[in-house]
Amino acid sequence: METKTKKRTGPVIFSGYERGTAIEKALNINREDILLEIRESKLRGRGGAGFPTSTKWMLTAAALSDEKFIICNADEGEPGTFKDRVLLIEYPELVFDGMVIAAHTIGAQKGIIYLRGEYEYLLKPLQEYLEGMRKDNFLGKDILGKKGFYFDITVFLGSGAYVCGEETALIESLEGQRGEARNRPPYPVNTGYMGKPTIVNNVETLASIPHIIIKGSEWYKKLGTGKSSGSKLFSVSGDCDKPGVYELPWGTKISELLELVSAKNTKAVQVGGASGFCYNKTQFDKALAYEDAATGGSIMIFNESRDMLRVLNNFMEFFVDESCGQCTPCRIGNVKLLEGVKMIQKGDYTFAYINKLKELGKSMQVASKCGLGQSSPNAFLSILENFNEEIFNRENGGTNEN
Amino acid sequence: MLVEEKNALTEEIELMIKKLGKKRSALLSILHGIQMKHRHVSEYAQQEIARLLDIHPVEVFSVLSFYAFLNATPKGRNLVRICRTISCDMKGKDIIVRAIERELNMKIGHTTSDNKFTVEYVNCLGLCDEGPAMAINDQVFTKLTPEKAVKLLSKVK
Ligand SMILES: Cc1cc2nc3c(=O)[nH]c(=O)nc-3n(C[C@H](O)[C@H](O)[C@H](O)COP(=O)(O)O)c2cc1C
Ligand code: SF4
Ligand code: FES
Repeated sequence: METKTKKRTGPVIFSGYERGTAIEKALNINREDILLEIRESKLRGRGGAGFPTSTKWMLTAAALSDEKFIICNADEGEPGTFKDRVLLIEYPELVFDGMVIAAHTIGAQKGIIYLRGEYEYLLKPLQEYLEGMRKDNFLGKDILGKKGFYFDITVFLGSGAYVCGEETALIESLEGQRGEARNRPPYPVNTGYMGKPTIVNNVETLASIPHIIIKGSEWYKKLGTGKSSGSKLFSVSGDCDKPGVYELPWGTKISELLELVSAKNTKAVQVGGASGFCYNKTQFDKALAYEDAATGGSIMIFNESRDMLRVLNNFMEFFVDESCGQCTPCRIGNVKLLEGVKMIQKGDYTFAYINKLKELGKSMQVASKCGLGQSSPNAFLSILENFNEEIFNRENGGTNEN
Repeated sequence: MLVEEKNALTEEIELMIKKLGKKRSALLSILHGIQMKHRHVSEYAQQEIARLLDIHPVEVFSVLSFYAFLNATPKGRNLVRICRTISCDMKGKDIIVRAIERELNMKIGHTTSDNKFTVEYVNCLGLCDEGPAMAINDQVFTKLTPEKAVKLLSKVK
């Protein structure tokens, strides 16, 4: 893996921060005011779903319980996403200070970071970092002299299951079970880890908190759009000269991002990873924002030479592999969609059947139990729609079987 | 399995439970610990974990079988995982796989006859901007070329 050579720059997360300063400030503000500040900032979850962070925190703060938990979701399994890895390696102070502030705000004693098994090489450095925080009294008893404020963080290693990024599956996994999503409600804010009120936040959401505490919600809100405030980290890969992690204000157009990363002859952009949507040239003026082209940050770029059916095949294989198998729409549906892709590749299909598969995809979006099955048809539907000509005008058998 | 080996395994599990506590939530960490050391969680180990955690062995197997990185049967001494997801695919993961298959005289998804390597596909490793990417045990390598990949394998003991 490459190590960072030049300093990263960006409006919020990459703008520079001194460890502990936001904790110090937060400990001198009362909890209600912290919650208000975060509500005013309009911060929304960066893990994909975009739930207002302050609502989650307020609900857990209001829940009565002798024990509460803060979980940092570092499962980062969405294909094409790697910004959480960069944050954990290069900016752990933001992530962990965010967790300490969350703990102070809602009255939690224990934090857990759920680290994907693929990132096992981060386990030791993170544990060492946490040990350093304990030594400097940013964790443990009476944090920074605040009487009675106890909080500690442990790292839990996942074992290679994409669905464990879904917050209730993640909690199941932490409790020693198969990573199968739960029915919701109840939500983790009331009945989370060990049945106790729990905040599950993405790495990047937590890393935004210290900056909001230090510089205030007014400053934060100035960035982005009305419905998507602040900045976002984008993990850019595929056909471009400068792939990597970029911090940009929400509302940046796809075309602007393409220019920034020196992408040439771009035919398609997959926004949001395998579970996201694929856009064609006529759609590059879409804005990256919750209200337009929403994303947890994965941006994959495809140039004119790429076969979109091969791309779709790759995504559908991923979902067939990663479906937890608990509910039928997802378990069977993804297999059927993948079969459909292979039929088109072979030139052995009817439009009547493909239309049925599209209907199936739409049913999966509503009938699946968790976000995996609800979003896995997105790529299928958007690629068939937005690259219709390329896909159905191809020579029998296509060019590029997988 | 020799009696001494069995006893050692039991002791290992006991030690982990002592550290993590005798509770269901310790299960995945225990499985992970055994997997790391022995490269699989044998039937005997599953039974011992179940006995010491006071749960049914089927529960242990059910959890074990759910996770891609845990397995009940042994693999090669070294685990090589090559990313098959689209960004690495576009950067040429196929030629990396073919080079490794030729060099090790094996097919992906299998173990070499000397038991030194198991080579598998894995979903996105989160290194998509530096593809093609692969992991050898718990280390990751990026921007692979066929030659670089083979060289990395030749350095493995
Ligand atoms: C299949 C699936 C995988 C997910 N993977 C992740 C993940 O790797 N990281 C993450 O933060 N959220 C992931 N999520 C979203 C979480 O369920 C949850 O919404 C999120 O962790 C909440 O944090 P946030 O509000 O800070 O975004 C996933 C959801 C689904 C349905
Ligand atoms: S939608 Fe898929 S991953 Fe989610 S519960 Fe159903 S089968 Fe499991
Ligand atoms: S696509 Fe290979 S590491 Fe993400």
